[in-house]
Amino acid sequence: MEVTETQNYPAYLQEWGEEKALELLRKMLLIRAFEEKAEELYALGRVHGTMHLSIGQEASAVGASLPLRPSDYLLNHHRGHGHCLAWHGSDVNLMMAEFLGRETGYCRGRGGSMHIANVQANNLGANGIVAGGIPIAAGVGLSIKLRKTDQVALVVFGDGATNEGAFHESLNMASIWDLPVIYYIENNQYAMSMPVKRAFNIERLSQRACAYGIPGVSVDGNDLFSVYEAVKEAAERARAGQGPTLIEALTYRWRGHSKSDRQAYRTREEVKAWQKKDPIKRFAQKLGLDEATLAELQQEARERIDQAVAFAEASPEPDIATIMEGVYA
Amino acid sequence: MRELTYAEALREALRQAMQEDESVFMIGEDIGVYGGAFGVSAGLIDEFGPERIIDTPISEAAITGACIGAALTGMRPVGEIQFMDFITLSMEQLVLQAAKIRFMFGGKAKAPFVLRTPAGSGTGAAAQHSESLENWFVHVPGLKVVMPSTPYDAKGLLRAAIYDDNPVIFVEHKLLYKTKGPVPAEPYEIPLGRSKVVREGKDLTIVATSIMVRRALDAAETLAAEGVEAEIIDPRTLSPLDMAPIEASVKKTGRALVVHEAVKTGGFGGEVLSRIVESEAFDYLEAPVRRLAGRDIPIPYNRNLEYHTVPQVEDIVAEARKLVGGAY
Ligand SMILES: Cc1ncc(C[n+]2csc(CCOP(=O)(O)OP(=O)(O)O)c2C)c(N)n1
Ligand SMILES: [Mg+2]
Repeated sequence: MEVTETQNYPAYLQEWGEEKALELLRKMLLIRAFEEKAEELYALGRVHGTMHLSIGQEASAVGASLPLRPSDYLLNHHRGHGHCLAWHGSDVNLMMAEFLGRETGYCRGRGGSMHIANVQANNLGANGIVAGGIPIAAGVGLSIKLRKTDQVALVVFGDGATNEGAFHESLNMASIWDLPVIYYIENNQYAMSMPVKRAFNIERLSQRACAYGIPGVSVDGNDLFSVYEAVKEAAERARAGQGPTLIEALTYRWRGHSKSDRQAYRTREEVKAWQKKDPIKRFAQKLGLDEATLAELQQEARERIDQAVAFAEASPEPDIATIMEGVYA
Repeated sequence: MRELTYAEALREALRQAMQEDESVFMIGEDIGVYGGAFGVSAGLIDEFGPERIIDTPISEAAITGACIGAALTGMRPVGEIQFMDFITLSMEQLVLQAAKIRFMFGGKAKAPFVLRTPAGSGTGAAAQHSESLENWFVHVPGLKVVMPSTPYDAKGLLRAAIYDDNPVIFVEHKLLYKTKGPVPAEPYEIPLGRSKVVREGKDLTIVATSIMVRRALDAAETLAAEGVEAEIIDPRTLSPLDMAPIEASVKKTGRALVVHEAVKTGGFGGEVLSRIVESEAFDYLEAPVRRLAGRDIPIPYNRNLEYHTVPQVEDIVAEARKLVGGAY
């Protein structure tokens, strides 16, 4: 099953206008700069813990949030820095502070990279448990239905998550109750060392949708326009009371799974081939930007990230006296 | 004697069992070319191939069920749950199936498998990758629970667990994998259900598990310099629990402290201390029995908070001083 990029991009560009299109590009650059800085800080020993970088998956993050409203919900996963930054109203200072374990961070330094949430903005958090957010999303969908609002919930997870039982139970439930949930698989070809080819006997993960009687689509996850289009359609269906959709966004993670990964399960050639499909370059080309302008924007993003690091590092660490706080309401 | 790390000792036990017994195989996430999240099975796929070092999709319930089913029908599987936190997804299969099958079938079936899993904090992995859930399994009749603290014990206990005819939850500690110690090259078994006195002393008894054994030993050095001699006992098998050496020790010292990383409330310490006060050793107690354990909170991400969530060497020293000094 071939997955092609949408040909509707001129219409979308026209709809957004140049300013908004540039803003989307800036967001992707900010995500990449965040991830590169995260990697650098780790190498310098300034972060304690692990992290899962989403370099190469920026179009998927920015494109998925784009058609949604600030009143909608996001449930995110462990490789979630990008989706968190892409979501409405996110503040990169607070993200960096959380990443560096500071009291000023989104989760007061308690959660860290794998648990960044911005609850006030309906970003219900990243998740350290593979598939952990999927059943919760059905609950969010149920709540939306019971409260009779026109919100939708977007739940993001990896290819690997679709082999947990929770995925199957939840999609069936969302289907029979027509819940307004968008199930968004970020298929980056691997679950840690397990290639999709070995973990599934189907060609496209979106084929699973037919088992639950819901629509399933696979899109080019490195093309922002294609991701936007698929999520937009799913959101319209959900708001119209027509239930959930399963979307598979095909992409690739450029870095290892986490910081302890020697990547013995894949070849450099494969990584290089995917790097040629760089989602940021592809988007910039469609905007007709020249290299120099792109480099300028990239520099801007890096400077913004340096400011975030400065904010985080000037912030206090949590006070040990508060250690017992926050367990119960 | 030759020294190995804890991870190497485990690997050697696995390799030797697989070399001599065709029924032993491994199953889990990323245990093949990746070598396991903490490298325990590194290289084993080259020696035994993908038929016996089986990489799975991310499906903990099915991994656990696969162990049970294969064990029921003549195999001796060694499953790996990548972090102990994810064993929560195996719970139905472990608690309602594996633990009860033999009993429910009138003793006519057996499920001899091991489920290995790394527990513990200290790596900055936060609340969902740092759990110490061993006592959940201590609470379930039909499961055995093993928690080695040294490379020597890791090798001998894993072999015993593999050849035990019951389901065994084998809890490793992430911070111990790189620690070194003497390990004999030949295969050997350390019987399950035997506590070990790892340091003799007359002033107080410290019962410690997993990484807390090392911390207690370090604490004992400081205490010894102050004239306090701690006796340290490592149960090694939490279930079945061998109380005899613990009771004998408490009769000698009159003071008991249990140290573990898991949260205090509902933890293993409560079980050990209950058994002490239920035993003859009660009459010998000169002070209340004490627990030093993880705080009753999830593991925080921030490094300082994480450090102060579970007992450290200085905490054990301070608690022992108070117990011996008559503070309670
Ligand atoms: C229930 C559970 N099992 C295993 C893990 C360990 N783990 C974390 S991420 C990961 C791979 C996830 O792959 P995928 O869902 O494809 O997401 P990706 O990392 O590729 O973005 C694994 C095995 C976990 N966190 N939770
Ligand atoms: Mg993946």
